[in-house]
Amino acid sequence: MKKLIRVTVNGVEYEVAVKPNQTLVDMIRYDLGLTGTKNGCGEGDCGACTVILDGTPVNSCLVLAMQADGRTITTIEGVEGKDGLHPLQQAFIEKGAIQCGFCTPGMVLSAKNLLDENPHPTEDEIREGISGNLCRCTGYLQIIDAVKSVSK
Amino acid sequence: MSEYDVINTRAARVDASDKVRGRAVYVDDIKMPGMLYGALLQSPLAHGELLNIDTSAAERLPGVKSVVTYKEAGLVKYGVSPARYDETLFCHDKVRHVGDNIAAVAATDLDTALEAVSLIKVEYRELPAVFTVEEAMAEGAPALHAAYPRNITAEVHDEFGDVAAAFKKCDLIKTSSLVNKRQDAAFIEPQGCLASYDFSGNLTVYSSTQVPHYLQRIIAMVLGLPVGKVRVIKPYVGGGFGPKAGASHLELAACLLSMKTGKPVKMNFDRQQVFMHGRARHQFFHTMTTGVKKDGAIMALEHKCYLNGGAYSSFGIATVYYAGSLLGGPYKLPNMKYDGYRVFTNLPACGAQRGHGGVIARACWEQQLDMIAEELGMDPIELRLKNMMKAGDVTCNFLDMSSLGMKECVEAVRDRSGWKEKKGKLPPGKGIGMSCGFFVSGAGYPIYRSDTFHGTVIIKLTEDGGTALVYTASAEIGQGSDTTFAMIAAEAMGIPLECVRLESGDTDFGVDLGAYSSRQTLMTGLATKEAGEDIKRQVLEVLSEELHVPIEDMDIKKGFIVFRKEKPDFSALRTRYIKEHRGWTDNPGMDEELSFKEASRIAFLSRGSIVGKGKYKPPELGGTHKGAAVGTSPAYGCSAQVVELSVDEGTGKINIEKMTDAHDCGLAINRTSVEGQMNGSLSMGLGEALFEEVKFDDKGRVLNDDLAEYKITRALDMPAIEPIIIESKEPNGPFGAKEVGEGAIMPAIPAILNAVYDAIGVRIFELPMKPERVYMAIKEYRRKKEEALRSSEGKAPGGSAKK
Repeated sequence: MKKLIRVTVNGVEYEVAVKPNQTLVDMIRYDLGLTGTKNGCGEGDCGACTVILDGTPVNSCLVLAMQADGRTITTIEGVEGKDGLHPLQQAFIEKGAIQCGFCTPGMVLSAKNLLDENPHPTEDEIREGISGNLCRCTGYLQIIDAVKSVSK
Repeated sequence: MSEYDVINTRAARVDASDKVRGRAVYVDDIKMPGMLYGALLQSPLAHGELLNIDTSAAERLPGVKSVVTYKEAGLVKYGVSPARYDETLFCHDKVRHVGDNIAAVAATDLDTALEAVSLIKVEYRELPAVFTVEEAMAEGAPALHAAYPRNITAEVHDEFGDVAAAFKKCDLIKTSSLVNKRQDAAFIEPQGCLASYDFSGNLTVYSSTQVPHYLQRIIAMVLGLPVGKVRVIKPYVGGGFGPKAGASHLELAACLLSMKTGKPVKMNFDRQQVFMHGRARHQFFHTMTTGVKKDGAIMALEHKCYLNGGAYSSFGIATVYYAGSLLGGPYKLPNMKYDGYRVFTNLPACGAQRGHGGVIARACWEQQLDMIAEELGMDPIELRLKNMMKAGDVTCNFLDMSSLGMKECVEAVRDRSGWKEKKGKLPPGKGIGMSCGFFVSGAGYPIYRSDTFHGTVIIKLTEDGGTALVYTASAEIGQGSDTTFAMIAAEAMGIPLECVRLESGDTDFGVDLGAYSSRQTLMTGLATKEAGEDIKRQVLEVLSEELHVPIEDMDIKKGFIVFRKEKPDFSALRTRYIKEHRGWTDNPGMDEELSFKEASRIAFLSRGSIVGKGKYKPPELGGTHKGAAVGTSPAYGCSAQVVELSVDEGTGKINIEKMTDAHDCGLAINRTSVEGQMNGSLSMGLGEALFEEVKFDDKGRVLNDDLAEYKITRALDMPAIEPIIIESKEPNGPFGAKEVGEGAIMPAIPAILNAVYDAIGVRIFELPMKPERVYMAIKEYRRKKEEALRSSEGKAPGGSAKK
């Protein structure tokens, strides 16, 4: 039986009917059509589905949609501000931090969450902050550079 | 200052703005009205006879629209190389590995499709299975394919020069071996597709493929459709690295289900299925014997290799050739003998992965060269420089080094890493090592025998003259090829990058063999350049007619017409242009230079659509021996690397501290992208060297089929890298460019192997170098050393294992 939940995503309130076993990533991608959130493994290993749930980054493949009832979510589509790209997004473009782009949304959200909590992280803290997000293309260094360039 | 306006810069990727916003569309982001969801039934057994398939319960389940097996699919054989087509869409007589494909279901939602799959009843008779090369080649072993005795997919026996005679003249002959473990490419996006068959008989397939062209041909061949009725579109792809470079059951099943139901059908692999499909790096067992003179001159190499290939050929016939042929360079090697065997086992098929066939061979040999240097009392870099080929040299197996910045790469990493101050002078537990490598800039021949062009490109100017539309069927899979070709097109036409709009990855745009063998920058790049130059010529031809200025006295640069001699009066032409754009706010002032936009509008008015065409195919390359095609290329990229690391002798844990890497890419079209490929290659090489290994249980089931237990490099594992771009100006490449995508991985593993030896004094001959393996090697080394000492002096050594 589906149940109606109420969830605020990127500042917009949605009412969604979700199945008890439906994952949050599934709801975000297929019910809300916010396909910027990616599903890479479905078991919490790769971080591609990272979203910010009430201020905490989570693997949305490990969260049930029902658990998001009454809560607030930021996805990659909500990172850009009124004045355009978030500085972190701009830095990702400039530093060559993007290749295939499949890990990028989750990576940006993890990095953003890190900077929100710790605006001047050390390089080790940056590496730790994105260590749950796998990237097979870049070797991470240009991503780390991008985060560093914004945190100065 | 660069002589170029667009290329050789650090331009932002053309797809980055969408990707960083989550706006870029990947295959699973696409949905269509009435779309069905497909699921595969895959074998739970490694080897078994198929006795009966009962789909009746599945067909009765509400929501199920179609269930297909070999009865519906037919038995057309396909694969990668036509010489080894050995797969059918579905198994009909037996299953050959866990995950082999038996049936597929399309239903209104994925849960229903999966439930239906569980309702299909299959009766098997389990057969004995073989999992190792030894088991598979043993006398009386069960055969996977009747046509291949001793389970040998392909064997290679090549000799160039006379190895036995050369060994007689050598002062030192060294034998060593290396074995790696089966890899998974671990791209973050699992394979997916969406097939849509319409009522006019056209099949459109969206796929996460690396090779739209080959996929189009295989779909047409297997399902009996004209090639022109099959259109493959590749949206953005979340990494490929090799395994996505062939048609899969997923795509073929989705196509068949869409044809049966008349509805679009979406299918995805989950992460477990990615591992069960495999097609990544083989397990290689290399043994090499090298003979040298006292002065370090390499005289001969004798090389034997066995590949554990899994249940089907996939790329294997090419892999076994590459494993031998790519040792022809970059060192002068007058005599080379190679015996290679690619062997079927009851495991998922192996295929191609970054550095196809050459990576473990390179690692084995480069470690051996260090062993030789040590015995000769030579610095490993000195040994390599002494034997280095130079541009214009041809290897003993007929590979032509048309450009080769190898010496420059070696000198760069030597000087920038502080090699001379560090080599032999580091404290116990710390080590430094180096290696070289080289790789093709595109396979010299297509996978199927053909005189086809390897790439065709069309550029069309919009009627207003302001934008050039570039159409290429090449495959952007993350490496940045769209950006590369947009930059090449802009440079060739003489216009800014912003005036180029590029569409790629669609078989309707032409022929392009796709993203494999590091081919696109050179091959698609040359076709793009030719198309751009064609556009420039046509625009200037019309200008020449209008202004009575000879073509050779004009050029286009940065979006403006350059008059090399006297500037003609073009005011009439400009007035015409402005009249055509009454009301526009961006019309040129009368004192401005004549723009490309105005000129190409005038060209359109004179000739209709201005369409430029480009094409590329390599000249005939290589020798005439069997398999000579594999390893040929119009150009070779090359690289050198120095690794600094430490080894904890108490735990065996290796900590890579720094990599200094130089790659000769001919000319860097986009410097940021070249460095991205270098960093990414090193990260993959580091993972292979230290952690990566697909493991199986005794029933042939993958034990670590997820990205937690199959460990790839994380942000925490990456050392600092100093990437150095060397530009040798390749005569056969577009503006001098050649590959970087795969060649850059070549030195990574052997440089680590050599650095580990430098740190602990122990050679490791099995990958990955997990702590327990390194720890056991150190322990064994100490035990042997103690024994030796006891027998000679009777006292026990202490401290570090390092000499």
